[in-house]
This record gives sequence, C-alpha cells and structure tokens, in this order.
Amino acid sequence: MATQTAPPRSSSHAAAPARRIGFSQRLGRMDVKLSPYLYISPFFILFAITGLFPLLYTGFVSLHEWDLLGGQGDFVGFQNFTDVLGQAFFWKALRNTFSIFLLSSVPQVIIALVLASLLHANLRARTFWRMGVLLPYIVAPVAVTLVFSKMFADESGMINTILTNLGMSPIEWHSQALPAHIAIATMVNFRWTGYNTLIFLAAMQAIPKDVYEAAVIDGAGRLRQFFSVTIPMVRPTVIFVVVTSTIGGLQIYDEPRMYDQFGQGGNDRQWLTTTLYLYELGWRNTNLGRAAAVAWLLFLVIVIFALINNVLTRRIASDATPSTRRIARAARRRSTR
Amino acid sequence: MSAPSLPVIRQTAGAGAARAAARRRKPVDGAGPDRRPRWLTYTLLGLFIAGSAYPLYFAFLLASSTSAEIAQNPVPSFIPGGEFISNIKRVFEADIDIWQAMLNSIIVSTATGVSVVMFATLAGYSFAKLRFRGRRALLLFVIGTMAVPTQLGIVPLFIVMRELDLVGSLWAVILPGMVTAFGVFWMTQYLEAALPYELIEAARVDGASMFRTFWSVALPAARPAAAMLFLFTFIASWTNFFWPSIVLGTTNPTLPVALQLLQAGFFKDIALIMAGVVVSVVPLLLLFVAAGRQLVAGIMQGAVKG
Repeated sequence: MATQTAPPRSSSHAAAPARRIGFSQRLGRMDVKLSPYLYISPFFILFAITGLFPLLYTGFVSLHEWDLLGGQGDFVGFQNFTDVLGQAFFWKALRNTFSIFLLSSVPQVIIALVLASLLHANLRARTFWRMGVLLPYIVAPVAVTLVFSKMFADESGMINTILTNLGMSPIEWHSQALPAHIAIATMVNFRWTGYNTLIFLAAMQAIPKDVYEAAVIDGAGRLRQFFSVTIPMVRPTVIFVVVTSTIGGLQIYDEPRMYDQFGQGGNDRQWLTTTLYLYELGWRNTNLGRAAAVAWLLFLVIVIFALINNVLTRRIASDATPSTRRIARAARRRSTR
Repeated sequence: MSAPSLPVIRQTAGAGAARAAARRRKPVDGAGPDRRPRWLTYTLLGLFIAGSAYPLYFAFLLASSTSAEIAQNPVPSFIPGGEFISNIKRVFEADIDIWQAMLNSIIVSTATGVSVVMFATLAGYSFAKLRFRGRRALLLFVIGTMAVPTQLGIVPLFIVMRELDLVGSLWAVILPGMVTAFGVFWMTQYLEAALPYELIEAARVDGASMFRTFWSVALPAARPAAAMLFLFTFIASWTNFFWPSIVLGTTNPTLPVALQLLQAGFFKDIALIMAGVVVSVVPLLLLFVAAGRQLVAGIMQGAVKG
C-alpha cells in the first residue's frame, strides 16, 4: 500500500511549472493539500474538547476545593487525594470493584469459550444460533439490573424461592457482600457472554483446518481437540478479551447503581464500586474536587492493570496480531458497554 | 475405530478417495468445524439461549400481572397475566414522561449514530487513501486514544456543560458522543481494503473535486461498514446511562434515566417498573430482529481483524 502513489500527487503534477498558475488551479491545489486535514479535523477537534481536555482538566480540579454549586475554591494541593485515600469507603469500593470484576470476567470467558466451540461446527440454522447468543447484548444494563434485582430479591425473590423449594437455605443477595457481588457479576455476564462468544468463534474460524485434521490423525477426540488445538490457538484472543473487559469492568457503574432503589451501594456499602463512589462524592456530597481525585486514582489503577496486561500479553502472545488491533477491540468493547 | 476418518483417507489414499468417502458417509463426522453436530450441541445451545431470553420473558410476565399476583408468586407462572395493556398504559401515564424519554432516546441515538458514521468515514477515508504529512503519527494518536477511559473526565465535562448552559439539554449528551476513535479506526481499516485507488483516480481524472470524490466514490464504498458502525453506536447510546443520568437530571430523561426515575419513584410497584423495562427494550428488540445478522457479522469481522 505504501508503495502506491496516491491520486492527489499525480494530479498536482499536471500543472506545468513554467506556466503561471491560474486561480482555479491554485484552488485545486489547495483542495488537494488541505482536504486530508479538513476531513480528519472534526474528530480531533471534538475529541480534544469532549475527551482529552476534560481528562486533563480533571487533574486541575482535583488539586482544588471545588463545590458542585459554589464552583472553584482554593488550591489545596494533594489534600483531596489524601482525604480520599483516608476514607474507608474508598478502599471498600476498590475491593468491591475488583471482586465484581473477577466474578464477571472469569466465568464469562470460560462459558464463552465453551459456547464458541459449540457454535464452531457445521450447524443447521447457523445465523439463528449466533443471533440467539447475542440477544442479551441489546438490553440496557439499567433494564437488566431491574429484572435481575427482582430475581435476586432477598425476600420473595424467584431465586431464593427456588432455593427454598429445593430444600436449601435462602441467600441474602442484597444484604451480604459476596452474594451481592455474584448477583451483579451475573448481570454483567448475562449481557456480555454472547458478545465474547462471537469474538471467540471468529478466532476459532481462523484456525486452519489442517491443524484439526492433524489432531484427528493423531487420534484426538473432541475434548482433546478442544483443549489441545482450539484453546491454544485462540489464546491471544482470550487474553485480549480479558484486557478489554478490564478497562470497562473497572468502571462499572450502572448495575451497582440500580441494584436497589437508593443507589448508594447498599446499607453497608457492600456493593459500592469506585465509579459509584465518584458519583456519590461529586453529586451527592457536592464535592467535585474529591470526585476528580477519585477519577484520577481510578485512572491510575486502570493504567497499572493495562501495563500488567501488556507485559502478560507480550510474554504469552508474542506472535499475535499487530498491537494496534488489540487496542481497537478494547475500545469498541468499551464504547459499546 | 470402525472406519478411518476422512483426513486419514486423504493422507493414505489421496484427495479423490477422501472426497468419495465423504460423499458416501452420511453424517460427516469430520474434524473440527466440518463436523455435523449431534443433538447434544443443539440442546446445550438451546438451553443457553432459553436462559438468556428468560429474563426478558420474566420482565414481560411481571409486566402482565398485578402487584398482588407478583407478591404471591415469586416464581411467575409461565403464562402471562391479563394486565399487560393496563400496566403499559400506567407507565405512559406516570408522572415520568415516557414518551418524552423515548423521543429523547431516539434523537440522541440517531444523532450520535449519524455523526459518528459521518465523521469516522471522512477521517477513515483520509487516513486510508490520502497522503499527507503526519498521517502515520496522527493515526497512531487516534489508536492510542482508544485505550483512554474518557468516562473519567466527567467532572470537568459537567463543569463545561454548565458553563455552556447545556445541563438538562440533549446537546450535553450528543456532543461528547459525536466522534469515537474506534469509529475512525474501523472505517480506516475497512476503506483501506475495500476502496481501490483506481476508482479514486478515475474520479479525479474526470475532474471531481476532493470532496466530490469522497461523496461519490468513497461514501458508497463505505456503506456496509458504515451501517454496522451506525448500529453499534446506536445501541451504545441507547443503553448509555452514566453520563445522561448526571447531565440530564430528572427533567429531560432518556429511557435508561427514566427507568431509574421509575425505580426511585415506584419501587413498590414492580409491575409498573417491569412494564417500563419492556417499553425500553422493545425498540431495540425490533432493531435486533431487523439487523441482528449485521450485528453478528460486525462483531465477528471486528474480531478477525482485531
């Protein structure tokens, strides 16, 4: 591609250098020179205003006293950070966020892999099965949570009633931390497992068929094919899905916000997450300075996770696809989350 | 082993023999993807899909019952009750304006979808097919920004929107969603492969201006990828909650925000809340029925490329 001559250059050669350049020709030249920049400028201008500037300005806000209604106050240095780091709720929120993230990503990847390998066959009505798996993706997290929080109700909830009928004791899905995390993780899994299944399926379809044939010749059964051919061949994709879900998963907000009608992460803040805490500081306690500090701290956590992931990926998948593509998938996953 | 598998036949007796054997065998129990699956695969997939669809059906069941029935039967009967229409009516009559919320959601999702596709196609065409100084560096910058969690910029974003007097206005939701780095990257990738230089050259030789070339040559070529990008953007903004809930407040909600208001105001009236859930899901369900095929293809293409 790089060796090919792009059309603009050839057309500008058409103007003979000796002749005086007419107005329309000069206009044409400007057109050729400026158009590429003109076409990319909307993205850069809008991103600078609505993406980059706010992110950097968060740093500025976090160093000031800043009230939601009163606006900018005194410069306080790192006071907001030390205040936040001294709050038990902050650490609780961070712990809850990690716990929910682990509970949602690990089972999700495992189930998605199994489903993808089921779909990775010469199925009848192939499109139907693929669409069926994707169905939950179109339901807004807010709606998902309203439905699941009713199913997971502590008293007279469907799941507890079933448990009781089966002779088990009911679980306090709301009032206890770990069950609440499991319930919230279930909602995340509900919405994203099918989506990831299709990503894995695409990766599996890219595996050359002769690898399977070789395995069959060597006497591998279906299970052995799955563990010794499919899994190793899609491992880069698995890692990337995990990486991508990290960035989105650590910012989880909708599900914990809607898990009960108060939206404070429970009586004991047992399902308070970092982003929910950010909201509470900024918009309930009207302390935007501290909210900005939490935003920066969460940003730091995400960067650390990304770096760890990066090291892991490099080591495990050194022969994978170009790195730009990984980030692309990460971004899409996040933007559609 | 009763008979050698097809690859074995191919290896020992040649490709022709393998093909002949494949024709003779009825259920081809080939390797990996060629395998015709048995009932177990269909059963497992069917169970999973039924499980994924059940929460939606659960919402419908509750939306068609009275609150007393819901309180009596935590596990709803599989046959819907008779209150569906009246519950839906109650949602639309509640003091949260659901019509307005629906309209707002349609406006916001369509506006961001069109804008993202338009700007991403323009930029993607430029990056993929035009030559200019700094092209590589700028493209790398776009790709880099995809990994930035911009959601964390909400505090200043809110301050800015208040300065512009846009809090409570749909513009506050539309503006930050008008471009996505992913969109630019997606269109760049697609146009690089799908748009031959010859077409652009032909248009230029015929005297088309740069923009005319984009409009009449690049835009039609970009259509399949643009449609998928529109779908994903539309769904993402339809389901978006965090930023709209902060900046729109209670007066001018989108559907997810309206659902939160329903929950806060009527948390005892489960039937009403579930009717609201149904109302918010149905438009995307229709979209899914119409364009689910494209969604599947979009995810799988992105994955292969990505």
